Amino acid sequence: MPSERMLMNGSHTVGEAAVRAGCRYYFGYPITPQNELPEYLSARMLDVGGTFIQGESEVASINMVLGASVAGGRAMTSSSSPGISLKQEGISYMAGMELPAVIINMMRGGPGLGNIAPSAADYFQATRGGGHGDYRTPVLAPAGGQELADLTFVAFDLADKYRNPVMLLGDGLMGQVMEPVVFPDFVDLKDLPKKDWILDGCKGRPPRAIYSMLLGQQGELYKHNLHLQEKYDRITAEELRWETKQTDDAEIVVVAYGTAARIAESATEELKAEGIRAGLFRPITLWPFPLPALRELSKKVPKIAVFELSMGQMVEDAILSVGERAEIYFHGLPGGIIPTPSQVAGFIRSAVKGDGTVGRRIDV
Amino acid sequence: MSEPIEYTKIFGRPESLKETPTHYCPGCGHSVAHRLVAECLDELGLREYTIGVPPVGCAVLAYNYFNFDMVEAPHGRALAVATGIKRVHPDKFVLTYQGDGDLAAIGTAETIHAANRGERISTIFINNAIYGMTGGQMAPTTVLGQNATTAPGGRDPRLHGRPIDISRMLAVSDGVVFVERCALNSVKDIRKAKKAIKKSFQCQLDDLGFSLVELLSPCPTNWKLTPKAAWDWVNDVMAKTYPLGVIKDITGYEDKK
Repeated sequence: MPSERMLMNGSHTVGEAAVRAGCRYYFGYPITPQNELPEYLSARMLDVGGTFIQGESEVASINMVLGASVAGGRAMTSSSSPGISLKQEGISYMAGMELPAVIINMMRGGPGLGNIAPSAADYFQATRGGGHGDYRTPVLAPAGGQELADLTFVAFDLADKYRNPVMLLGDGLMGQVMEPVVFPDFVDLKDLPKKDWILDGCKGRPPRAIYSMLLGQQGELYKHNLHLQEKYDRITAEELRWETKQTDDAEIVVVAYGTAARIAESATEELKAEGIRAGLFRPITLWPFPLPALRELSKKVPKIAVFELSMGQMVEDAILSVGERAEIYFHGLPGGIIPTPSQVAGFIRSAVKGDGTVGRRIDV
Repeated sequence: MSEPIEYTKIFGRPESLKETPTHYCPGCGHSVAHRLVAECLDELGLREYTIGVPPVGCAVLAYNYFNFDMVEAPHGRALAVATGIKRVHPDKFVLTYQGDGDLAAIGTAETIHAANRGERISTIFINNAIYGMTGGQMAPTTVLGQNATTAPGGRDPRLHGRPIDISRMLAVSDGVVFVERCALNSVKDIRKAKKAIKKSFQCQLDDLGFSLVELLSPCPTNWKLTPKAAWDWVNDVMAKTYPLGVIKDITGYEDKK
């Protein structure tokens, strides 16, 4: 049975959703602003007979995830921006070894130690692979509340379906804010798809070895990369997620994800009173980016306004999607500043007028 | 016609070793260490319940030689990976097999913390005082005066720091129940090493805590010595910095004399 409607902060929501989605192995290292998640799971894993280890570092934690994953468990780690940088080595190995795992990034301001306020400046790192080598990780971008719970389930399912790490990209704001949520029922671990590749001792079968190093002289690494690419192509074809609001008769559509999308949505409501018909296009999968959907939309809408809590990262995917079909405007704010809906409305207003007072027009 | 002769097999390849020729150099300690690990697993009936984690280094391809489940770990992370595996399968046997660069340089944090948590894992630590696979660079365990491609003229404590004795460091941790240092350069010491490895495996089977066997292992290629001279060098030079023997034993096992 689904849970009652509960009021929880976003970090606790992800923790509870992970347990209900069958995650029994959590490994992580403290970093603000996501500490509520490991704190929650340190107690919750005891209830369900799972494992919680506070690792000695982010590096150790992601490699514990690697071990739990290769042993067949649903495993997860969480961190915030600087910590996610440290996990990239492990994520690259897991991509190469085709191991499922869920990685939560509650983004904070960067570069370097930055600050602990919400930011969305890890889009490049999340969607372009992050670590070394030719690989991709699906990236899910919830807009908080209920979606944090729902997409946590999706993340574990995608990871197992494609044998690939999956990232849930939130930010410090949605990790802290309390919102109502209804949790889906507990997954029965017995109902999860059987994994016929795991390491659990070779009794009754030939030994297995799982590795990413392919030194062979017969093009083994080349073939492996082609195989990975075929998988990424399948994910791109089958797993695109996005949401649109009020786009049917819009004169301008705002493209934004996560917290930025929620601010932008409030801004479009504010503009309605002025007679400005502004719609919203919210990518939910950041990789793969819902490029075909945004492309179709840009054939019908004259102006696309991209708003980000970074100095311009997702805008590159928007440009790839829209091309010259519509005018593209961009407004980005560095991490650590949460703008009001009125400020974002100012950007949209400026884009409608094309006066360049807030944000700028992108010359494609 | 005479009666057919009945043969009894008294020596052969352990089942825990595949019939793949290794890539190790002549005189290298790895093949001896592999064999000892394999013999101990066979004798304890563990092969089908074992998950092994090799290092990044010369033994990175150990999964081609060991005949049980194995997973690659990033350089230095074997004990973190092994921790994840052991927590999913507490009833299975988990071992790491790591070199000095892997265990005592890049993986120092993972090593110390897995040991200190008392993870029920057995670690085989191959100390050859050099980076073998990358071609003879200075290792954390390179002894003073020893030449390395990144310590030209020999390791100088002022320039390069001193060799690290991580086995002794680990021994102070309460999570660690057994640490012994052995050598792979004589029949007598190889037999001792096997006994230590088996004891370490028993620690895990009895759920006692973390254990480690350090094996001083010749690397003739990068030491620029003949195999025979390399064996001598283990005794004459290396064992002066890393004395052989039991470093810690709180197992309570009564060793057979």
